[in-house]
Order: sequence, then C-alpha cells, then structure tokens
Amino acid sequence: MSIIQNTQAVLPHKVLLLGSGALKIGEAGEFDYSGSQALKAMKEEGIHTVLINPNIATVQTSEGIADTIYFLPVTPYFVEKVIEKERPDGILLAFGGQTALNCGVELQQSGVLEKYGVKVLGTPVQAIMDTEDRELFVKKLDQINVKTIKSEAVGSVADAIKAASELGYPVIVRAAYALGGLGSGFCDNERELVELVEKALSFAPQVLVEKSLKGWKEVEYEVVRDRFDNCITVCNMENFDPLGIHTGESIVVAPSQTLSNEDYHYLRKLAIKIVRHIGIVGECNVQYAFDPSSMDYRVIEVNARLSRSSALASKATGYPLAFVAAKLGLGYGLFDLKNSVTKVTSAFFEPALDYVVVKIPRWDLGKFHGVKREIGSSMKSVGEVMAIGRTFEEAIQKGLRMIGQGMHGFVENKELTIPDIDKSLHEPTDNRIFVISKAMRKGYTVDQIHDLTKIDRWFLYKLHNIVATADELETFDSLDRLPLNLLRQAKEQGFSDFQIARAIFKSNITSNVEASNRVRTFRKQAGIVPVVKQIDTLGAEYPAQTNYLYLTYNGNEDDVKYLHDHRSIVVLGSGAYRIGSSVEFDWCSVNALMTVKREGWRSVMINYNPETVSTDYDMCDRLYFDELTYERVMDILELEQPHGVILSVGGQIPNNLATRLDDAGVPILGTSATSIDNAEDRHKFSAMLDRIGVDQPRWRELTSFADIEEFIDEVGFPVLVRPSYVLSGAAMNVCSNNEELQRFLRLAANVSQEHPVVVTEFIQFAKEIEMDAVAQNGEIKVYAISEHIEFAGVHSGDATIQFPPQKLYVETIRRIKKVSQKIAKALNISGPFNIQFLAKNNDIKVIECNLRASRSFPFVSKVLKLNFIDIATRVMLGLETEKPHKNAFDLDYVGIKASQFSFSRLQGADPVLGVDMSSTGEVGCIGTDTDEAILKSMLSVGLRIPSKGKGVLLSTGTPKQKADMLDAAHELNNNGYKLYATGGTHRFLTDNGIPAVKVYWPSQPDMQPQALDLLHHKEVDLVVNVPKNLSETELTNGYRIRRAAIDLNIPLLTNARLASSFIDAFTRLPLDGIEIRSWNEY
Amino acid sequence: MRDTKKASLVLEDGTIFEGKSFGYAASTAGEVVFNTAMTGYPESLTDPSYEGQILVTTYPILGNYGVPPRREKDDVSEYYESDHIHAKAIIAQDYSWDHSHWQADRSLAEWLKEEKIPGIYGIDTRALTKHLREHGSMLGKIVVDGCGDIPLYDPNTENLVAKVSCRGVEVHGEGPRTVVLVDCGVKHNIIRCLTRRGVKVVRVPWDYDFNSIPYDGLFISNGPGNPDMVDATVANIRKAMDSGKPICGICMGNQLLARAAGASTYKLPYGHRSHNQPVRRAGTQKCYITSQNHGFAVDDTTLPDDWEPLFINMNDGTNEGIRHKSKPFFSAQFHPEASSGPKDTEFLFDEFINML
Repeated sequence: MSIIQNTQAVLPHKVLLLGSGALKIGEAGEFDYSGSQALKAMKEEGIHTVLINPNIATVQTSEGIADTIYFLPVTPYFVEKVIEKERPDGILLAFGGQTALNCGVELQQSGVLEKYGVKVLGTPVQAIMDTEDRELFVKKLDQINVKTIKSEAVGSVADAIKAASELGYPVIVRAAYALGGLGSGFCDNERELVELVEKALSFAPQVLVEKSLKGWKEVEYEVVRDRFDNCITVCNMENFDPLGIHTGESIVVAPSQTLSNEDYHYLRKLAIKIVRHIGIVGECNVQYAFDPSSMDYRVIEVNARLSRSSALASKATGYPLAFVAAKLGLGYGLFDLKNSVTKVTSAFFEPALDYVVVKIPRWDLGKFHGVKREIGSSMKSVGEVMAIGRTFEEAIQKGLRMIGQGMHGFVENKELTIPDIDKSLHEPTDNRIFVISKAMRKGYTVDQIHDLTKIDRWFLYKLHNIVATADELETFDSLDRLPLNLLRQAKEQGFSDFQIARAIFKSNITSNVEASNRVRTFRKQAGIVPVVKQIDTLGAEYPAQTNYLYLTYNGNEDDVKYLHDHRSIVVLGSGAYRIGSSVEFDWCSVNALMTVKREGWRSVMINYNPETVSTDYDMCDRLYFDELTYERVMDILELEQPHGVILSVGGQIPNNLATRLDDAGVPILGTSATSIDNAEDRHKFSAMLDRIGVDQPRWRELTSFADIEEFIDEVGFPVLVRPSYVLSGAAMNVCSNNEELQRFLRLAANVSQEHPVVVTEFIQFAKEIEMDAVAQNGEIKVYAISEHIEFAGVHSGDATIQFPPQKLYVETIRRIKKVSQKIAKALNISGPFNIQFLAKNNDIKVIECNLRASRSFPFVSKVLKLNFIDIATRVMLGLETEKPHKNAFDLDYVGIKASQFSFSRLQGADPVLGVDMSSTGEVGCIGTDTDEAILKSMLSVGLRIPSKGKGVLLSTGTPKQKADMLDAAHELNNNGYKLYATGGTHRFLTDNGIPAVKVYWPSQPDMQPQALDLLHHKEVDLVVNVPKNLSETELTNGYRIRRAAIDLNIPLLTNARLASSFIDAFTRLPLDGIEIRSWNEY
Repeated sequence: MRDTKKASLVLEDGTIFEGKSFGYAASTAGEVVFNTAMTGYPESLTDPSYEGQILVTTYPILGNYGVPPRREKDDVSEYYESDHIHAKAIIAQDYSWDHSHWQADRSLAEWLKEEKIPGIYGIDTRALTKHLREHGSMLGKIVVDGCGDIPLYDPNTENLVAKVSCRGVEVHGEGPRTVVLVDCGVKHNIIRCLTRRGVKVVRVPWDYDFNSIPYDGLFISNGPGNPDMVDATVANIRKAMDSGKPICGICMGNQLLARAAGASTYKLPYGHRSHNQPVRRAGTQKCYITSQNHGFAVDDTTLPDDWEPLFINMNDGTNEGIRHKSKPFFSAQFHPEASSGPKDTEFLFDEFINML
C-alpha cells in the first residue's frame, strides 16, 4: 500500500510495539502476522520501531523487521523498563493480542505512559476499557440502544448464584479481561456454576453471569475506522457451529452463507454504529448472536484490537487489516491508502469475494491425559487451517484434509466407532463433523441432525450433497464404468483422488498410493484437472496483478499465464500449527523464501495456515493457499514446472512427501529423498548407525507381549514404549515396571502383528543434547550444539534448552561433532538437519535424526546471529558457502529457550511433562549468564517470582530428584520463603536441616493441614510437584495438586532440574538485577 | 446425479460458456452484466434497472437463503424492488438447490420457474467476468438444450424506461408535504424510504408532465438503459428547475438531472454493479461505501459552471453525484436506498426532506 496523500499526520519518531509472547491456546501465530504487518507499515514511514516479544521463533523478532528487539516478558514491569530506556513517543497495543492489550491498559492506568510521554496510537485506551470491561461495555451500547447479552458482573460465588437464579439456567459464565474465553463455560445448574465461578475468580477479579443463547447463529464483522470517522466492514464471517461453541473452536465460513441481504446489512450497519460510538481508530471485530428465526440479535463482544478473526479475515479477503490499522493509528485516513492488491483502487472499500473460505480448528486433545473432549465456550484448539473453494463442499473437504489428522475429507475416512450418535451430535467433541458424516451415512436426515446440533440446515444440506455423491460413486467398482460427469462432480465437491479411489475400489485397495495414482492418471486423461484462480479483493471487477492463488475444480480457465521458464523454486510450508510444529517452521519457511528471492529465483509458497507470515502474499512471488497433499502439490508443480522444490523447512508434513515426490520425478533441492528415507525409517537408520559405528539406545520392534518381556529382560526397566500408527510420538510413554507396562499397553494400544510396538531402553539421568546444523555434500558448514536443562525423558519440544551449552564436557562436544559429521557424510546431507543425542559420562548415543530444519533453528540462529536457514537455502540452491568464522565459544552470553504450556485452558488435563510433547509455544531469552536467561525466559512463559514471605509447596519425587532439589530448598529457606512439603519430601528436608511444614495429600483427607487447602487459600506462591512414577496413587494425588495449581493460577514446576534452575535464578538474581538489553546489544 | 439440462451462454463475440440449466428452461437473450455483490439476488432480480440484462453473480454460490414471500405493504412490495423479475436471466458458478432461511417460502429455482426466467449454473463466472471486464459488457444469449436457439437482443436500443415505468399516477403514503416521484423504473425501497419520512409520494410515469400538479419536491428515480432515450423526462426536469423547488435524483435520476442541467453522459466499459463502490463527498474527508448498478455515467467535464460534482468514485474517479452550487438540486449516481447493499448513505433522503 502506498501513500497517495498525507493527511498532515504528525508522525512519531520511535514506536514501541508489544508482541504477544509465546504461542498459547487462544493467542497464537496470528499475532506474529499482525505485528509483522504493523512493523512493516511503520518502517515504510521511516519510523524507528522497538519490539518487545520473548517469542524468538517469530518472524517479527527477526533482523530487518523491527529495528530494536527485546526478548523480554510482555509485562508492565519490563515494558516500563524498556520505555524508560528507549523513550519511544508512540506505542502500539493492538497487535499483540490480549497480552499486549492488558499490559497497555495497566501502563496507562498506572500513569507510566503519561510519565514518559508515550502516546497510544490508534484506538484510545478508554475505548479499549469500554470494550473489555463487560459492565462498561453494556452501558456504552445501551447509550445507543444496541442490545447486548445482559449479564451480571459478580465478584463472589454467592452473588453469582443469585444472578443465575434471576436470569434462569442455563447461564454462561465468563471471566473479564481473559483471552480465548479462559475460565468460561455453560452451567445448567447451581453445582456447575459454583465450580466454574470459583475457578474463574482465581484468574479474574470479576466474573459475568449471563443468559445462554444456545442455538443462535454466531456472526462477526471485521470493522475498520479512521480518525475521520470513515468506516468499512472488510469481511463478515458466519460460524458453522451455533452459539455456545467458542469462535476459536468453530468452523468459520466467510462470507456468511445463510444471511439474506437484509440480515447482512442490518448487522453491518449496527457494527458501524457500534464502532463509531466506541471510537475505534484502526481495526476491531463485532461478534453477534443472531436469532435463526427472526432478526433479533445480541452483541456478544467487541475486540478493540487485531484478533484471530482479523488475521483470518485478512487472509480470506486479501485485505491487510493489520497493515491498514497501523497506518490509521499514525493518523492517516482510509482515503489516503491504496488497495494493496490492485494497487490502483482505494483501500476504502469492502472486498467482494468470488470464492468461499472455510476455517477449521485443529485440536490436539489426544496428547493430554484427563482432558475433556467436549468443545464449548472456552478454546482448546491449538491451530487452524483455511480452505478456499468455489463451492462450500470443495472448501470444507479441502479443509478437513488440511487439519492433518488422517482424514481424507468429509467421507471415505477410516470408520469411526461412535457408540451413541445422538449424544455425540448433541454434545459436540473435536470429532463432531465426522459424527455428522457418520450420522448421514446411517440415514439421519438433515432435520434430525439440525435438531440435535442446531447447525443451520444450509450447511447440513451441503454436507449431505457430499454424502450423496459418495453413495453414488460407491455404486461403481471400476474407473472405466464411472461416468465422467460424476467424476467431475466429485472433484467439484472437493473429493481427493484417494477418496474417489476408496469409493470405487473399496476394500480391494492394497496400496493407497497406487490406487490414488490410478484415479489421478484416469482423470487427467479425461481432462479433469483443477484451475488456478486469484484472490483479488474485487471479484475480478478490476485488473489485479495479484500473486495470491488457490486451485479449484469449479472453473475452466487459469488466471495465471505460466511461462514454464523453470525459474520457480517452490517452498512447502508447515500447515496447521499443532503441538510439535508451529511458528518456528513459519520462520524457516519465510527465511527460505527470502533467500530464494534474493538469489534471483521466483519464490513460490504452498501453505494453508491463516495464522502465518508465510501465507502473507507479500512474502513471496507466488502464494498458493492450498493443500500440502501429494495430489495438490503435484497439481501445482505440473503448472509451475519449477527448477526445484524445498521441503526441508516446513517441518514433518513436507518431509513426509519426499519419497512420493521423488518417485514422480520432482526435482527435490538439497538432501536426496533416499537419504531422507534412510533417516526416517527406523530400521534403515539403525542399521546405518551400526555400520558407521555410532551408538544408539537398544530398541526393538515387537508384536507380542512375550517378545516385549523378553526384550525388557535384556535391557531392564525403564523402557520407552511407542505403539505404531500414532502420529508424532503421541501415546508414547516411559514404563518403569511391569505393572506400568501392562497398564499402558492395555490403555493406549493393542499389540499385534499388524500394530507392532517399538520398545527402547530408557537411559536415566542422561543429558539430552541437540545438534542443529547445515551440511553441504555431506560436510557440516555450520552447527549449534545445545543442551537440555532437564534430563532425558522430557520431550525435546517441552524441554528447556540452553545455547551455547554451559555444562557439557569439552570431550562430549567433540564427540558430538565427530558423530554428526559421520552421519552427515553417510547420508550425504545438503541442507538443514538436526540430531538428538543422549550423553552420560561422555558416552553419547543418537536418539533421533531429522534431515530438515528443526524447532530450534530460529533460536540458535538468533542467539548465534547466524541465519541457518539462509545458509541451508543457499546450499540447496547449489551455491558455494563459506564456513562462517563464528563460534559458540566466542559468545559472552547465553540463550535459554523455554516452553509455554496451555494447561489452564485444557480442563482436566494433567499438567505433567513426559516423553510426549504438550507445550503449545516457546520463548527464547538472552542473558549474560544462565541465571539471567532462565529468569527472563521463565517469567516470559508466565511464571512469577514468589512473593517474599509466601509459601512454596514441595513434593519432589524420587530420592535422586529430592537430592537434586536440596540446594534449591536451602536457597528458598535462606531467602525467607516458608516451605511446605508432603510426607517424604518433608522428612528429607528435615533430615537435611531445612525447616518445613508437613502437609497432607488429598488421599489422606483426615489429616491436617491439607496441601489443597494451602492452594485454595493462596498461601502458596509456587508449587514444585515432581511425579515419582506412574503408579495409580501417585498419579491421582499428584494430579489433584498439579491441577489445582493450574486452575488457581499458581506457578507450577514438575521437573526437579528445571525447578532448581529457576529457584537458583530468582534467589540469586533480584528482578531489578535483570539487565534491559536489546538483542543487538549482546 | 441431479438430472439437469445442459445450457450454454453464447456471447456476441462467439465465446461460449457451458453450464447447466436451473429455474425456467427456455432460451433467452439480453445484455450480459456482472455484479460482485455477495447477497441480494431477490432485490437485484426485481430491480427494474436490470431490465433486458442477463445478470452474472461473481459470488459463486447462489440461492442459499431462498426467496421471501410475495407480499405487499403500503401498496409496494414488502421484500422485492418491483412486482416482478426484470432481469432476463441469472448466471452463477454453483446453485444451491437447498435453501435455508426463516423468511423464505420457496427456492430461487421455483421462483424463476414461476416468472419464466432461466438460470444457468456451472459456469466459470470468474472467467466470464474477466472476459466482460476486458471486452466490455456485451450481448449474449442463453441456449438451453432442447429449447431452440434465439437471436441476440440489444436492450440499449429500446426506451427501457418507458417499458418499466408505471402506467398511471399512484399515491403512496401520507404527509403534509408532497414529493413527485418520476418513475423511470423505481425501486420500491425508494418509495419506502420517502414514505417512511412522512411525506406523500405522488408517483408519476416517466413522461408525465408533473409541472402541472402541485408539489414540494421532485424526485427522479433510478431506471434501466441509456439516459439519452429519456428526453421527455429531461425536458420536464428542465422546466421544474425554473421553479427552484428541491430536486433529488438517484442513478438514472442523476444522469437525467445532469442532462437537464446541460451535461452529457457516456457508457462505461462494463459499468458499476456491486455493493462495495467507494465514493467520496467532493472536497471533504467523508467517504461512503455504496451500492451501485449502472452502465452509464455523467461526464463531469461537461457540467455547466453553476453545477459541481457532489460525489466522486474513489476507484476510477468517475462521477457519483452532482449538485447545483446555489439551488436545492442534487443527485447521486449510487443507491442511497440500498436494497440490496449497504445503507450508509440513506441520510441523503433526510437531506432532501430537510430541503422541502
């Protein structure tokens, strides 16, 4: 967008932008996108930008995006320190989610902003407060006779009960100032109300009780307003799921599908009226509940900031909301700005879509023990996808494949076992859409399903069309007899080649790959191929040189003229954020694109995650917002005819395509598909390690209990047990005795010839070490070795990682380098790779090797100030690369990467760490020593330093772990903390001369004092609860303490080594001892 | 699979788009125009300004919310913009056979059948729209399998206004002041917007000499086709200007007022038909999103000295309204009455009423 006329806005010189910190449920990658756009808008004006965001894996915290970057917690304390040092004259609060907004409101209220003369750009703080505080909000909208959901704000459980009985059940409870509906829920009766309100009040000073409007439609509008009172609604969106299911948990469709013109413009007009009255300058969204059988409505809420929805709306329409909002914050009028897609028409307009967009959430509830699968008014999903089509059927089937949970679309999936379909329709879980599929196949009518789900019939009719086509396809059993118009109809409804194959060949499929290929070949011969369409914001009304593309079968002409000049380099992105693959791969993808572009190639991206920067059409020469399936990638490659494809920067999804793409003759840049397979295939990799003389923990793939027992006799307990056919390490567990082993295998897997189990010897008290590196033709060019703070056994995605390593033997480091070089040579690696090692007494063993960029690439790149992805991309482009003259030993600072958990949102989940990953995000902070870096990073992921004089509750696990914690316990005691400890820990502390109060487990209800009471009475400010083992009582007792800590918002640590490090850090280094240094000052 | 007849759209330049028939199965011809609105097909189809035109909707899915009932309220249609469909046919990518809305009493296909209007779906409407954008609006015909071929038809050679205007004088609403509404093909929501503001509306045929009756203000409606065909109305407006009573016009009304003032009009390459046209009030920082449906525009450069542009299109700079520098005459090229489309400029009715 360029400026056509300056509206005499007085531009600030230096602007501070607050980021959103680590990715968590309810606050994820969308804010990296929003923040990056805002920073770009500032940069264009020549304004110096300062960014505070501890999330080191983001694009916004990269060189060239912000001018000065602080990897510090986004809390009032640290933001004030940065303001004091940097003296910005403006601050942007709307681009870092609820975290930034809340922080900004506090700084305003405490007078800090005024004290330092920092002007809030865009929406004024008063307007933010008017939208955030429910009571003020209702009052504000009452002034203009706009209906809100009447709610009673209460500060106590008793008042909540009173309010609910006045309103009548069911009621909904919400916590004020909370992100993603934290602490919210429906209550059908007083018992449920008391439980929920108690919990909510621990997070928020105020709780709202309101009448439930379950079953109404949920519709939202994204509204932009400038300071001249010009207003537009950029996009409206309708939830597939009715009110009652959080927007973050809903399938969302843009534009609305079931609203008439009258409905649409009635709500649009109201939205503008509201936004004008509140006085937004920039962007906000207005959420409505809308009666499905009249024009009655209620305003649910207004978010006076960029949001998940606004990121989605930007991607759905091509209208860069965050960029425009930032410009408006500087004082521009909408009429000053141009439409960034057409470049000639005005930014004051409302996009016209000529496609339909479907957003589907991605859940990872299977990763947690004890979590409820029902979806409702609080958010549990960890990521989302956006699918674009020219029929609803096409878009939703694409989307259901994109969420990446093994589904092929709406139909032709693995048969689901649903004991009670009626109940599953009525009480939706993360599986609900597939329950609808099953119900339709069982003969449920649209009306029946509507009655049970309250999903608008229109959506159900459309889904039913898909089922009808599947039924019809299934009446054929060979491709030759299949009518071509039926085949075409199936493709127009988004059926994949595999879905068609399964419908036709049924149980005769021996190889999925072969069956899909047959359909592919057949339809291509019949001329049934997709076309490429542009997203141009104006429904083709104006010419647009847009590079924002998708594929559809509903059309017969490509919008793009392909030159077939073999100048394209296609980078495959990372898909939906999920536990285990998140913003770090977006950073990798974006950096690969930048290098590709810089080296003179046409950069082409394929990805479908609306929360990312890589799907910003400004980041590459061509963006295909589409699936990363073999079928779709091949469709695109056949059009693009690229010079090569990069699949090592987007995590596991592109990596998994290597062999099939290679078989199809696709030029894969970098490490060969054969090598990738040799590293991915457990047997091949293991044989290779044996061949080159590299040690690994003993393991075996076994198919019976007897074999498992025999193997364990050989290696001894504990063992790591991994059942097959589970995604990304899910359902993997450590078993320390026979009882645990039996229980786990019975619960989590069935052992059979068909479903073998991999059992690996588990080495206790070993260090885990990461090697991140780039090699060229088998020779390592650049590397970074980091160590885990925790002992092996905590998933590397959950572990706290230190780089450069501070406590490794030089000998260990030398061996790791040597072994890594051997592996690089053996696999002839050209590109990024990561190896995980176990080290004990200088013995090192390889546990995993991935021939792709890893989660820690952005972290080590930024700490070392050496862009590993740039180097890797240059290698893959075949450019000569020099070994950089830089060494981790030269760094006089240390980086700590810490994990962010979202247990507070996952009701019931056991917040304990294990071999399966459960964190949703991470931060990376730099300090002059480990203490400082640990303290910064732990505060960044939401821990607090316990207040002096407050209590700390210790239950520290096994004798070895207790011993590990001894020094930390001394420190706590010396620093005036009151220690509470459960039985064994209490004895241990007393024996070692540390005074502690003995408290009792929930399983000893008759004894006093009870550990749980301490938590409820807020006498404890930190809980260290280290589970000893997986025994039933241990789990139950520990679980209740851990869960209570999470629910009552008391910092919890469950790992002895991490707890020690944190305690050491805050007892040795006072908060005001933390240096406020920007990235470039290290 | 649904049993549908094949249908094709044949453009005057010979381009053919193949699709499937829905609604009434018959061949038809007209001028092919596209509209980028995402809602509002019942309003558009009944808008007299679409007389003689084949409507292409760029939003790919059509018919989602069915069709509201045919009902009258205060002598005008309650949900439609006139008493029947004016468009010759409708074209979409995907037709939604099933609909869902509490107000609907039948599907779009059923309504089209009732009114004998053909529809086609399965057309690459984006490719078609790009074609129209690059080559300009063009004539076209829909040929349904088994329904026979027909010749092309150019509606712009006809006086379409005469065709759609009312036949006699009608009175709507009550009030102390009287507005003469010249019906060039008036959308019913213009009548509703006026009567809702407490005035008596005397609706007269396009060529009626309203100067012979008493009134407080003159309103010139929207209407189809080429403003050069509507000389009789222009002559009457010119006469009315002498009285100095307030005059307001919408769409065709803007073009006719401009012609009466002495300016000329021209045909746009492919017109403005959408809900998202940005206009700026001349000389201010006030901008509005407007609903538009017109193929002709006023040539600003031909406005006489005592007239000036009132609104300007922010995308292509074309005229979006004019006003007299000293007298209470103004008009808008867009549709402040919306229906369908955004209601942001309905205040123009207030501005007019306040002048009376």
